Parts: sequence; structure tokens; C-alpha cells
Amino acid sequence: MSVILDRINQEQMRFDHPDFRSGDTVQVHIRIIEGNKERVQMFQGVVIKRKNGTMDASYTVRKMSHGVGVEKTFALHNPRIEQIDVVTRGRVRRSRLYYLRSRRGKAARIQERKFIK
Amino acid sequence: MPKTMGILGKKIGMTRIYSELGKATPVTVVEAGPCRILQVKSLVKDGYSAIQVGFAEKKASRVTKPLLGHFNKSGAEAYSYIKEFRVENVEQYEAGQAISLEALFKVGDLVDIQGTSKGHGFQGVVKRYGFKGGCAGHGSHHHRAPGSIGCSAWPARVVKGKKMPGRMGNDTVMTKNVIIIDVRAEENILLLKGPVPGAKQSLLKIFSK
Repeated sequence: MSVILDRINQEQMRFDHPDFRSGDTVQVHIRIIEGNKERVQMFQGVVIKRKNGTMDASYTVRKMSHGVGVEKTFALHNPRIEQIDVVTRGRVRRSRLYYLRSRRGKAARIQERKFIK
Repeated sequence: MPKTMGILGKKIGMTRIYSELGKATPVTVVEAGPCRILQVKSLVKDGYSAIQVGFAEKKASRVTKPLLGHFNKSGAEAYSYIKEFRVENVEQYEAGQAISLEALFKVGDLVDIQGTSKGHGFQGVVKRYGFKGGCAGHGSHHHRAPGSIGCSAWPARVVKGKKMPGRMGNDTVMTKNVIIIDVRAEENILLLKGPVPGAKQSLLKIFSK
């Protein structure tokens, strides 16, 4: 990639997020504006996808909300994301966990990853 | 063709820029300038008025002697690209003057961008003109063919300008009313909203409005 483009991207990229991958349970803190007030909203769920890229890297978090599956895709470098907390590390055998969509309850569990390099 | 002053630039590539509110805007990064005015053409002397601009410095040893003489006349360095802007009032410009990005553009301005579109080679009518094409299956042998290209005994010829397969792209294309997202004059960089014609590293002509 060109040096100029790299420099523009580096200005905006965020390196403060923890390392996480598909299968991990994360808590995403999003700053949202409601009326004229700003507050932090939390979204906790399983990372079912990480899309690589420079500025357009993203990840999708899935959770069950009152029995309904909800997925949110966030841009990795979005400045409105306050922080990402990794709640648990999951052991999964594929990078895109779309199979979780057809499962619920016990079947949708993910084994915890004990040994982390 | 807009009769305004502009600058020459090189397309670097695309990325995205986040606003304070976290809204992502797709931008094209353009390295615009440094450019210098090589010649001021006037109605009286040249038959038309224009500003000749040089862009992308080049070693003087790589330039032919006649061209080098032209560069020396304006006291400028040797440039790879020379283009003209058909400006009507040329009094305020003089040869050798550098074109300032700051003076010409500011954030939020609309500009017209002229470039050469990517070459696609010899293409059929489906890709080139967006024809629907025929049925893919059901025993049809009419897949991506153009179909009938005209009538029979009258006019007994194919109408001029009929859309047919041929070379696609590599045309001069102008994108109008592109919004400037950012001007970084010290780095000679313009950030333009959305796409602009051409491949990366290709020459762009940026017209102010």
C-alpha cells in the first residue's frame, strides 16, 4: 500500500483494543447519543466473525435478547467505541460461527479456551 | 469543460474517514500538486486564453532539449505532465507561479474531476452497455449475444452508433460535483468524497468551481 494512504489510515486506526477472535465473548462499550445526552451502551455477546482489513476491518457480535438472536457488526476502528472487554475466550474450530444462528440454549454453548498463548 | 482554474493530481487510493460522531465517509486520496504555472496563454497572442500547468517533477536530464527550454523560460523545474486549464481571466496569473492548494480549495467545496477510466479491453455488450443477455438455460443458445442489430431490406444497413462489442474503458471521464472532505496543503493531499475515475497512480485534473 502506498505510504500516503498508510499514513492517513494510521492516524485513525485504533491499537488500544484487546486481541480477540471468533468464539470469544466480548462486551462492547458504545457511546451513543440519545436526544441531547450522551451515554455508553453495552453490547455483550459472542464474536461470530472477524473481517480483516485496514480501515474496513470489522467484527460481528451475536447475543440472545429475550429469546431473539441479535447481531451487531462494528467497525474495528470506529471512534465511538469506548472499549472492548473480553469476557471469556472460546475454543472454536472455525472462524465464522454462522452455525450458532440455527442453535439455541445448550447447543449454542462454546467451550472455553483454557490455554492461551 | 469548466472554464475554471484547477490543479493536477495523482490518484493514490481509497479509504474511509470517521467523523466525530463515528460516521464513516468513503474518500479518495489524491496527491494534488505541487504544480507550477509554465505559460499563460492569452486571447491576443495564442488565440485562446489558458493556463498551462506542470505537475510531478522530473530530472532535467530526462527531458528533451526543446521541452527543457520551455521549462526554463518560466523558471520552473522539469515536469512529467503538462496540462492546460481554459481560464478566461488570465491577468492574475503569471508564468513560474506555484499553485497553492489552500487558495484554490477549501473543505466542503465542490470540484469536478477529470481522469482516464480503467481500461477493460475488448468487451461484449453485456459488460460494456449493460444489455440483459439471453436465457442461460432451457436449451437457449442465446447467452450473452447482442441479438438483432437492425432491420432488413430497409434501411439495409446498421444504424450508426449502434451499441456493439468493442474496447471498453480508457476513456476521458469527468465526475462532477465531488465534495472536498479535507485539504492538507502542507502534504499536498486532497481527500474527496467517493470514487473518482481512473486507476491508482493515474493523472487527475481537478477543476475548482
